[in-house]
Amino acid sequence: MKPGINYDIAITHIVTRKKQTMVAALGVTLGVAVYLFMNSLSAGFSGFSRGEIFKNNAHIKVYKADEISTPLAQDAHAESVILNPQITTLSQRLINPEMLLKEIKQQPFITHAITQVDVSAFYNRGNTQIKGTASGVNMDDYAAMFNTEKYMVAGSISALRGNLNGTIIGAGIAEKLNLSVDDNIAVSSSYAVTKVLRIVGIFSTGNSLTDNSKSYINTATAQQFLKEGPSYVTTIYANTPDPDKAAAYAEKLQAVVPYIVEDWKTTNADIVAGDKTRGTLMGAISLSILFVAAFGIYNILSETINQKINDIAILKAVGFKGRDVIQIFVAESIIMGCIGTILGLGLGAILISIMSGIYMGGPVGYFPIKFELHLFIRSLFLGILITCCAGFFPAKKAANVDPVSIFRK
Amino acid sequence: MNKHAILQARGISKHFYTPVKFKVLDQISFDAYKGEFLTLVGKSGCGKSTLLYCLSTMDTAYEGELFIADQQITGQKPNDLAALRNERIGFIFQFHYLLPEFTCIKNIMIPALKLGRFSKAEIEEKAYQKLTLLGLGDQALKPASKLSGGQQQRVAIARAMINNPDIIMCDEPTGNLDSRNAGIVFDMFKQIAHDFGQTVIVVTHDNDFASASDRTIELEDGRIIQVRSN
Repeated sequence: MKPGINYDIAITHIVTRKKQTMVAALGVTLGVAVYLFMNSLSAGFSGFSRGEIFKNNAHIKVYKADEISTPLAQDAHAESVILNPQITTLSQRLINPEMLLKEIKQQPFITHAITQVDVSAFYNRGNTQIKGTASGVNMDDYAAMFNTEKYMVAGSISALRGNLNGTIIGAGIAEKLNLSVDDNIAVSSSYAVTKVLRIVGIFSTGNSLTDNSKSYINTATAQQFLKEGPSYVTTIYANTPDPDKAAAYAEKLQAVVPYIVEDWKTTNADIVAGDKTRGTLMGAISLSILFVAAFGIYNILSETINQKINDIAILKAVGFKGRDVIQIFVAESIIMGCIGTILGLGLGAILISIMSGIYMGGPVGYFPIKFELHLFIRSLFLGILITCCAGFFPAKKAANVDPVSIFRK
Repeated sequence: MNKHAILQARGISKHFYTPVKFKVLDQISFDAYKGEFLTLVGKSGCGKSTLLYCLSTMDTAYEGELFIADQQITGQKPNDLAALRNERIGFIFQFHYLLPEFTCIKNIMIPALKLGRFSKAEIEEKAYQKLTLLGLGDQALKPASKLSGGQQQRVAIARAMINNPDIIMCDEPTGNLDSRNAGIVFDMFKQIAHDFGQTVIVVTHDNDFASASDRTIELEDGRIIQVRSN
């Protein structure tokens, strides 16, 4: 059996009915373009919101969990002692943080790791007081991990190096307290330690919550605010090469670290769930549009088969098998599908490039949409798969045509 | 003369069930020989076309047994029957039934390309020879839909012959042709049967046509009432 003749016939049908072919292909074009565009929108936006998370969240967080007291006796034979369970953690400090940090950094899947000491702080100027958080970090390491350099609007990160009386504050604090670089700011902690710090830098991330409350100081300064010694560290943050695999890396890290290891998806479960919901929603809408396009092909092919029922009967009479007829019509729908899908990818690409040039304003800037290769591949695959299916059912019907009943008419 | 039966029908009966049960063929048994020009005649509704469709292997809903080239046909799977039709049987229908978007030569080539026994170039050469034989060599590249009725019928004959089938079956081949074209077609059949040794089975209601063939089987109400060697 030679399949050549089947494709020959399919191509002749396509060529002699250019208009119908184009109508069917255009349906697929629109379907694929919308599918690609909507999924790119969704992926772009997810990427953007993830970027927002990683501005000041690490992929993995290591901290000490609170311990809850348990009843003294649980044995059935012993006398029960009923206790009011309560938190018995005396200190949140990690023991020997230098060693721990070193060990974490040695793991092959960790790209960056830093220690951080957070202090609840009040920024004061005159009668004005702003509540916020001062993060005690090694600023050079921190900046390397979170790209803080990108958000600096005044001063510099390097000015904080070794400067125990310096601070980098959020743009919101600077604005409210009417401060600029080289001004002094009085910062007090909940342990009643007050220091006057010199502002060496101002940052703006675009997230007002962060910009209005956060400041960076050296680790030693933070320890002083908490009236603690130089080995006091409560949290270690680490980054991995791929945030999507953070959970797996966290599990690996847990094997070597005696504290709680938490990946960012657990910490930001609400945002992750929101992303997932949006992705599913967009996927469902765009997939149903693709289905409508597939019905276009189904319709046109059914129509063609009704028109060509005599030709199908004659082909079967001269010795074409049922599967040859299926091959002919499925090949036709695949040709239409391929034309439509390729045009659709082109149209989708145009829509994406138009969208990426639209300015949204605010911290978002230009609309966060990108050309994502995997989405193009998925659209191509889906477009052809769906048209293939849409072609199969009318083709099956054609294959079952009884030539005798046609010739008798 | 030692006659070799290429097609054997044994007790073929068939019913139609709509609108009411009706016996259209009743115990038809006959042989068709190699190189024979056989005609089936009878009044309208006597079952001659129905019989032809049963013999053609396209209609499988009958009782009795059918053999082609000593091979039992009854009970074979549709795909095997399609392959058998492709190789051994050629068809010519009353309303020509060419594929309108293909050229004449392509229409002729399609069954041979399907069979795949020869290369495309060889098939094209053969198809052109057949067309020339039928006096249509200059029409080879015209779309089939642009030809006159008589020309289309001759293209259909060329298509039926392309795979050198054992049997060529025709349903009213001259039904809508003028007498001149009918004459050409008739001579073709005679030549096919006698010169090429292929069997031609023709259903017709034209008695002049039938009486010029080798043998005529006359049907009435689904039964053979007369077998006449001419």
